[in-house]
Amino acid sequence: METATISVAATEEIKPPLTGIGVIGWARKNLFSGKFNTVLTLLILFALVKTVPPFIRWAFVDSLWSSESQACKEAAGACWSVVTNNFRFILFGFYPYDQQWRPILAIALLVAFVIYSHSRRRWNKNLLIAWPLGLALMGIIMHGGIFFLPEVETEKWSGISLTLLLAIFGLSAAYPLGVILALGRRSRLPAIKALSVVYIELIRGVPLISMLFMASVMLPLFLPEGITIDKILRAQVAIILFTAAYIAEVVRGGLQAIPRGQYEAAEALGLSYYQKMRLIVLPQALKTVIPPTVSILISAFKDTSLVVIIGLFDLLKTTHVTLSNPDWMGFSNEAYIFTAMIYFVGCFFMSNFSRRLEAQLKT
Amino acid sequence: MNQATKTISQTHHIPFWRDPAKRGIVLQVVALLFVLMLGYYVFSNTQANLRRQSIATGFGFFGKEAGFEIGEPMISYSAADTYARALLVGVLNTVKVSFAGIVLTILIGLFVGIARLSKNWLVSNLAKGYIEALQNVPVLLQLFFWYGLFHNALPLPRQSINPLPGVFINNRGFYLPLPEAHPAYKWMAPALLAAFVISYFLKRWSRTRQDLTGQTFPVFTSFMCLSIGMPLLVWLVSGAPTGMDLPHLRGFNFIGGFSFSPEFGALLIGLVLYTSAFVAEIVRAGIQAVSHGQTEAAASIGLRPKLVLTLVILPQALRVIIPPLTNQMLNLTKNSSLAIAIGYPDFVAVANTTINQTGQAIEGVALIMVTYLVISLVTSAFMNWYNKRTALVER
Repeated sequence: METATISVAATEEIKPPLTGIGVIGWARKNLFSGKFNTVLTLLILFALVKTVPPFIRWAFVDSLWSSESQACKEAAGACWSVVTNNFRFILFGFYPYDQQWRPILAIALLVAFVIYSHSRRRWNKNLLIAWPLGLALMGIIMHGGIFFLPEVETEKWSGISLTLLLAIFGLSAAYPLGVILALGRRSRLPAIKALSVVYIELIRGVPLISMLFMASVMLPLFLPEGITIDKILRAQVAIILFTAAYIAEVVRGGLQAIPRGQYEAAEALGLSYYQKMRLIVLPQALKTVIPPTVSILISAFKDTSLVVIIGLFDLLKTTHVTLSNPDWMGFSNEAYIFTAMIYFVGCFFMSNFSRRLEAQLKT
Repeated sequence: MNQATKTISQTHHIPFWRDPAKRGIVLQVVALLFVLMLGYYVFSNTQANLRRQSIATGFGFFGKEAGFEIGEPMISYSAADTYARALLVGVLNTVKVSFAGIVLTILIGLFVGIARLSKNWLVSNLAKGYIEALQNVPVLLQLFFWYGLFHNALPLPRQSINPLPGVFINNRGFYLPLPEAHPAYKWMAPALLAAFVISYFLKRWSRTRQDLTGQTFPVFTSFMCLSIGMPLLVWLVSGAPTGMDLPHLRGFNFIGGFSFSPEFGALLIGLVLYTSAFVAEIVRAGIQAVSHGQTEAAASIGLRPKLVLTLVILPQALRVIIPPLTNQMLNLTKNSSLAIAIGYPDFVAVANTTINQTGQAIEGVALIMVTYLVISLVTSAFMNWYNKRTALVER
């Protein structure tokens, strides 16, 4: 009897005041808590009202989406026609026009791979084998020369395909090199350690652009007469050598984070150096540094745009070339905003992925 | 007995490829030989190529006439000057843009990083949008964007935008008024320096006194008063000159005052906005790294909020912030080499012109690398010293 009364009393809820819940409550808590915040909120709202509607007007209302350049010059708003009219050149550059379904297919394949590998539950040995095979398949689709596909020289790969090529192959070749350099830097052998330290510090001390200059103007002098290397490959080598030094530092951080006991336990079991590293140390170390490795991937992806300076036709260069066409001169804002959005989507996806992974690995 | 001798003799007969020490030596010798051979291969090929293409070697070109103009030199320079001077102009331009960039980046990064932690939803999310948008777009693209914006959106000199009296903005550059040359300004710098020196000794004296008697002295306030007051005093004593050198239109362009080109503006804005997004994240992480218990503990032993900040929170946050911050400053300096893409004559751009004119690619690229390497190594040496000084001394 008594318990019943208590439970009745307990279920009788006292509702919070109306100003403390819902939209009003949220706004009071997050926008208008205290004098300073209220003033700040009002100031920002004022600034937003002043800037956002004109921007929307420029970008969407007064804008032209598919017109000739002449109409654009008279329009008040944005001229997105510079993008729509040159869409395929910006994305694929000099890749033969009637063959451009091939880069589309290759990129679709890449996106499918990335989406499938997104979840950590799907990571296993099969996937590790599938990735190189998939990349090779993408290369075959792009390059052709077998089956019914006509051959397309790598010189003609441009636009987004070149950007992705430089980033993906740059990182996949730099990763093993970086791991070896990190192990070298942690080695007990003085000569090996010194070589690794000198390499890593040397590369990290100079800008990527000087490496690219070296690849484009110095490398030809380093090789014997008669041997020439493709321009794209030279830039690729520079990006690999550069990225490897940064990966080495990240991996070294992971190696240092492994407790001494792990090394000692591995030695106590009688494992050799290679077994110790392969079976005990590296699996743990590489796992802990996945998030910073993704950051390196992001900066490698962004840094591929520097090949513009040595005259390769990546995504940024094709945009640049479009703008040097007299018809489309002066619409740089629209074109660069479009290209920036492509880069943004790629980098934002990767950084979100890295953040989620970091949260998962911490627990 | 017999057994023991056998074991010992067995250990003597371990084949050398199973002995880690000997194996290590062999591995090192092989690695060194490989590097030396690679070096020799590259060297001999280069020698042969240079001889075949009859390219000069060495730094003899330093003393020759450069023969190209450089915009916005900080020291007097003309096309008749030597390559060495041209390269020096380039270095100074790099230093100029890097220094201005670093100061602005720290200010903006600090501001955005603190805004990101604001309890105000709007402020915090605007800061988040700023960081995400700028971090995820290549810096070169941002430079192109600003450069294009300045060239397309700004008017011709005759229709210059005039937002404040004496300030003009057009597609040739940005023009600001500058105080007219007067001997007073020459003496203000030594006055400021003197203020710094006095403040330093004041700080030492106040620390000794606090150790002895426990009395505190307002060091920071007196430092601020001295460093503003002393130059101001010099200015007043020498007659308070107020003459301004205003930029004015002559012919097709503005002259006078302080000016900088759209290239410099685009480079500075692009570098500052890009790097400040990273600095903001570093600042946020640094402040969040100091646990709330530290604030509470400091308050519970009776420190005032201002002292909690300066004595407890900042020293700990700075220990987390400074190393990655230095890295970002170095990144900014290295990224300033992208100036070449938008036509600002920094060191890399001048070196590149030198390479194109003399054909001496090896010397040119080596110069670029050595210059940046020296900057980086000096900075990291300083960082190591700083880290050792501030590292936590653990039991």
